[in-house]
Amino acid sequence: MKINTMAEYQSEGKKPEVLFWVGCAGSFDARAQKVTKAFVKILNAAGIDFAILGNEESCTGDPARRAGNEFVFQMTALQNIEVLNMYEVKDIVTACPHCFNTLKNEYPALGGNYNVIHHTSYLNSLLKDGRLTIEGGAFKGKKVTYHDSCYLGRVNGIYEAPRELIAALDAELVEMKRCKTNGLCCGAGGAQMFKEDEPGDKRINIERAEEIISTGAKVVAANCPFCITMLSDGMKAKDKQEDIMVHDLSELIVQAKNL
Amino acid sequence: MSIGQIIFILVIVVAFSIAIRNFSKIRRNILLGKDEEISGNEGKRWKNVLLIAFGQKKMIKRWIPAVLHLSIYVAFLFTQIELIEIMIDGFFGVHRFFAPYLGGLYTLIISSIEILSFAALVATFIFLARRNLLKIPRFIMPEMGGWPKLDGNLILLGEIALVTGIFMMNGADVVLQKMDPQHYPATGFLPISSVLGPMLFDGLDINIVKAIERIGWWLHLIVVLGFLNYLPISKHLHIFLAFPNVWYSKLTSRGEIENMPEIMNEVKSMMGLIPEQEVDMEAELPEFGAKDIFDLSWKNIMDAYSCTECGRCSAVCPANLTGKKLSPRKILMDIRDRATEVGRNLDTGGLKFVSEEGRAKNEQLTAKNYDDGKNLFDYITREELHACTTCNACVEACPVTINPLEPILKMRRYEVLTESAGPSDWLPMFTSIENSGSVWQVPEDRDKWAKDLLEENQ
Repeated sequence: MKINTMAEYQSEGKKPEVLFWVGCAGSFDARAQKVTKAFVKILNAAGIDFAILGNEESCTGDPARRAGNEFVFQMTALQNIEVLNMYEVKDIVTACPHCFNTLKNEYPALGGNYNVIHHTSYLNSLLKDGRLTIEGGAFKGKKVTYHDSCYLGRVNGIYEAPRELIAALDAELVEMKRCKTNGLCCGAGGAQMFKEDEPGDKRINIERAEEIISTGAKVVAANCPFCITMLSDGMKAKDKQEDIMVHDLSELIVQAKNL
Repeated sequence: MSIGQIIFILVIVVAFSIAIRNFSKIRRNILLGKDEEISGNEGKRWKNVLLIAFGQKKMIKRWIPAVLHLSIYVAFLFTQIELIEIMIDGFFGVHRFFAPYLGGLYTLIISSIEILSFAALVATFIFLARRNLLKIPRFIMPEMGGWPKLDGNLILLGEIALVTGIFMMNGADVVLQKMDPQHYPATGFLPISSVLGPMLFDGLDINIVKAIERIGWWLHLIVVLGFLNYLPISKHLHIFLAFPNVWYSKLTSRGEIENMPEIMNEVKSMMGLIPEQEVDMEAELPEFGAKDIFDLSWKNIMDAYSCTECGRCSAVCPANLTGKKLSPRKILMDIRDRATEVGRNLDTGGLKFVSEEGRAKNEQLTAKNYDDGKNLFDYITREELHACTTCNACVEACPVTINPLEPILKMRRYEVLTESAGPSDWLPMFTSIENSGSVWQVPEDRDKWAKDLLEENQ
């Protein structure tokens, strides 16, 4: 297995096929690191020539901008764009829908134009191109529900690619009542992840956890590190953490392929 | 010219003059917002207006109210034909001007209006029940007390009056066609009035039937003109503003929050990416974000005036659903109410609304020197602003493409950038991004996971 940085590629005078943007959660959060590793295992198995930025990567600035701090957003974003443009990066894949959205939709106005793809769409295209094969055995007949993250779903209109991956796993997809355009937020977006809730009746992730439990699914497929944290917390609060597993789609693929 | 014609013309002139005055005030209030150039891609804009505004595409998500609303809307559109005839008849002192010319087509048009009006009447009663008896959650949220509740009911009562007018006028007409065919041209068989009219009015004195016909005719006209003048103070304004509001709605990605070039350029010059910017030491410290309606864009204020308070946004807002104070609908209602308040004060020309600075210079009251000591934060609390997850559910839900997220983010920007305030929980995140390039202050390398993974795989 090889995990090279852009700097290493450059020193060899080579360019990777794609840059894997890891993001803060994927880099530092213990739970999200597992998703990062799972995704890298799949890239490796599919023989994708990818690179990471390593220490040259910074927060995209999504939470700062949504909290209203445009200064901090501009500082981190312009720094990232300098790095990305220096390496002449064209294609970026990321396992975080917030990074995906900011890189794709907000960096162009600042001078950063890249072809950005979320890892669920990327994995689906690898599957269609035959570079990735999934043997469904591990999930055959298992009930899986899918949680649309706001920034992949409603904001960027990607609903089908992740569902096609679930279909490829041979799992039985049980939709929640609030799915696709009506999907319910996990409660983390808009920089909520970094602060206490305002007073209310309950936390948003509990509301979503209850909906997940009502589907009878034993696995929740997600596509966002923050959703995974929020939904896992919700399961714990409902004392269901042993019964219902919250996983990123790449982790499910790793399980199915026994990587 | 008959006395009827004179009264008619007077009523029309008065009603339209007041309406034009009040509509231009709404326009002025909308333009209190900042200039924002919104243009281009006309093809897409026409498509949106046709599908979303005219075709009500986004209503379908909740199909029961969608069908009910559609019946009132289609009835409203069709009744315009009858209204044109009322105008012609009123001006020229004629009766049912179109009837002799259109013949069978006339019967078809009036019959359609009757059937649609009946459907609209049924829908109106169901709407009244939904608001007052069934207590649908989105109609009884805190912001829906008082005027908004009365407003909703008044509109529905107005609808009932409109339809009553039509059936009185048509029903009496059917009876008069038999009594006085010379003055009352045949309309052909009308599905409701040809049954209802004779049932109610047969055998009455001709003058009474004539009076009933006139009362129906005037009732319909007066309620239409009443509506026209009621719109500027009502949520019902959406029947007009939905169209321009959809036309001007954002076509770029929902995921893109409006860039702030002034801050981008300052940061770029700090990073040495562009030549250092000339700093005018005399200039006042700039304010960022939105403190009041003057700092929002005109489109944000048009959004607010286009809102018909249906509450679909708040019904899907995750913060609202879990008992937080935030309600996207209330944000829009507050912006509208604040714009209306500022507009009303500007109309008084009162010098007490001139800022201290303006008073020192003996200025007259204008939107530029306006200062009543209040701003949007007196309407919208910080607690509401902080609860938003930017999930875009409200944006998705709005049938007339209002964007509640934009003003929320602009007010957050004011709080954080201009006041250096906001939730203190956010401070560590800001400083961490600034100092270590990560949302969390972590001593480890960013690619430690990679080293771990390589080790695990050895």
